[in-house]
Amino acid sequence: MHAIEIDHVSRAYQKYSARHRFQTFKSALVKGDLFRALRPDELVTALDDVTLSVEKGQTYGVIGENGSGKSTLLKLVAGIAKPTQGEVRTQGKISALIELGAGFHPEITGRENIFINGIMLGLSRKEISAKFDEIVAFAELEEFIDAPVKTYSSGMYMRLGFAIAINVNPEILLIDEVLAVGDAAFVPKCLDRIDDFRRRQKTILFVSHDLTTVRKICDRVAWLKNGRVQMIGEPKRVADAYLQDVAEKQERSFERQQRGPAAAPSDQEERRENRWGKREIEITRVVLKTAAGEEKHVFAPEEGLLIEMDVVAHSPADDFAFGIGLFNSQGTCCYGTNTLLEDFEPVSIRGEGKVVCRVEKLNLVNGTYYLDVAVHKRDGYPFDYHRNLYSFLVSSKHKDVGIVRLTHRWSFSEGIDLKPPEG
Amino acid sequence: MARIFENLKQLYRYRVLIQSLVMRELKARYRGTVLGFLWSFFNPLLLMIVYTAVFGLIINPRDPAFESRPLIYALYLFCGILPWQWFASSTLESANVLMINGNLIKKILFPAEILPLVTVTSNMIHFFFGLPIVLVFIPILGKPLTPYVFLLPVVILVQYIFTLAFNLMISSLTVHFRDIKDILANWLTFWFFATPIIYPMTFGTIQNSAPLRLMLNLNPMTHIIQGYQYCLFYGEIFHWKRLGVTLLVSLALFAVGSMIFDRLRDSFAEEV
Repeated sequence: MHAIEIDHVSRAYQKYSARHRFQTFKSALVKGDLFRALRPDELVTALDDVTLSVEKGQTYGVIGENGSGKSTLLKLVAGIAKPTQGEVRTQGKISALIELGAGFHPEITGRENIFINGIMLGLSRKEISAKFDEIVAFAELEEFIDAPVKTYSSGMYMRLGFAIAINVNPEILLIDEVLAVGDAAFVPKCLDRIDDFRRRQKTILFVSHDLTTVRKICDRVAWLKNGRVQMIGEPKRVADAYLQDVAEKQERSFERQQRGPAAAPSDQEERRENRWGKREIEITRVVLKTAAGEEKHVFAPEEGLLIEMDVVAHSPADDFAFGIGLFNSQGTCCYGTNTLLEDFEPVSIRGEGKVVCRVEKLNLVNGTYYLDVAVHKRDGYPFDYHRNLYSFLVSSKHKDVGIVRLTHRWSFSEGIDLKPPEG
Repeated sequence: MARIFENLKQLYRYRVLIQSLVMRELKARYRGTVLGFLWSFFNPLLLMIVYTAVFGLIINPRDPAFESRPLIYALYLFCGILPWQWFASSTLESANVLMINGNLIKKILFPAEILPLVTVTSNMIHFFFGLPIVLVFIPILGKPLTPYVFLLPVVILVQYIFTLAFNLMISSLTVHFRDIKDILANWLTFWFFATPIIYPMTFGTIQNSAPLRLMLNLNPMTHIIQGYQYCLFYGEIFHWKRLGVTLLVSLALFAVGSMIFDRLRDSFAEEV
């Protein structure tokens, strides 16, 4: 039994050209093309031949990047937009948590808004009266319910919107990212309520960026990419495939960004601010690679990291050291070292050469990192110092936090049973 | 045609929502003011004072219909201005109503024609608040209050249909042509003076000029406003033939307005 059936649905949005944007009623009348002016010039496809069906009682997740058509899909199911092609069939009353509190009027009280919003969502006056106390209690707004909504904080606004929508008691619940804006205390309460829905065998269509929640609550997941269904299946499998795709994309965009400054910072301003030293010994190029030697900008911890520096000594020297420093996006130094600190004794350097710092396992938590590289004298006099000129991303399956990932292993005594992670 | 009836049936299903939205509109309008609902009475009263001062005392038209008394002239003015204001402010608000409620149209499933409908209806209720002032002043100024007052609902119905029809068109077209709003303000001023509100049709200049008479008679608002003036000011029956034709014109306009609105409906969510 299907609660939602989406059958070869396409949705094109009308895009009007710049000429049309500035079209005025007067000019349309003068030119006599009033009806032509109302026709779109170009169509943008938001959804392209999407077919999926949600069974009754299923919690169905839809993931994808911004602009992949997730919200359009939800609007089609809610009936707010109509498909250009294909058909959407639904069974049962639908409530959409698309924009919480859409239609609240700022000047009137929370009490009055509950009634109007409830009626808009398809409740009768009687039903709202019966549920009124529950709605107010859930939103934790007992003290403020008779104050105009314009005096509410955005959190209160959202709580009230959620409380009304969830109390519509639908057969099908559509959720669009709304949980992303809730405060820390309210989100678990909402998730609780959604869990309750699942237990009562109601159908939920859940659109989110939050893969953790998707993995946790969904029975099945569809991944949309550029308006097409890329993959449908098991939450974990689809989410992993999606993550991998995102990582690849990040890699590509990083590469584009890095291509310029990686060779040698050319911009004068940047050079003065982020690179200093007289360059008696110069670092001409820095390349980041995995331990296996693949040039990359997004690293998984187990891939390791090679920092390769091409150096040129313009005159022979016997007092020098090479150093590196890793900083996270808050500017905290995660790790820094140099050859002196590790008791390498400089002997001589002449002409061109290559310095490689090999990190076997990149024990950092997820995030963006900035790299300092430098060559300097024993007393700290810099020959060539590159400050935060290079960056890379660490992306791992695990969401642990902190500054570094300590190598560790869990063990449990008998009587404590945990299922180890798969794979 | 079938589509129009289907849409009307749907509107009936949404009557509770319409009712709540009208209530909300009325409540929100004077929320935060000291006098609150009393403003609905004070506004027309103050307006009447202004018009009496300017047109009655300063301009002072000498027409037998006004018995050369400024206050009687003010009463005549008032019978026309009150319904005109209902029409004009509904139209101006309707031009904006879809844009202002853009987040509703984008996020909640409901027939969008509810929005202009609510605008016209809440403005009508405002008009109702001003009506008692006229009814009180007629006997005070020594004019007879005749049983023809009970024909007012007919006139009000015709105006309601005409205003709604016009506003359906305006509200949907403004989504695509934003400058209608600006044109509208000027157009309404012109329209105001092209309707016998501050002058009666019995003026010699009008009676002696056939083209002028024709122009005024082609304006549907002429017959609607005259309907009020007959029921209230003159205490006579209105030209039922003319008002009947106006009703037919209004119904035809309503059909056209609904069709335009329906045709553009799907584009609202993207354009507002």
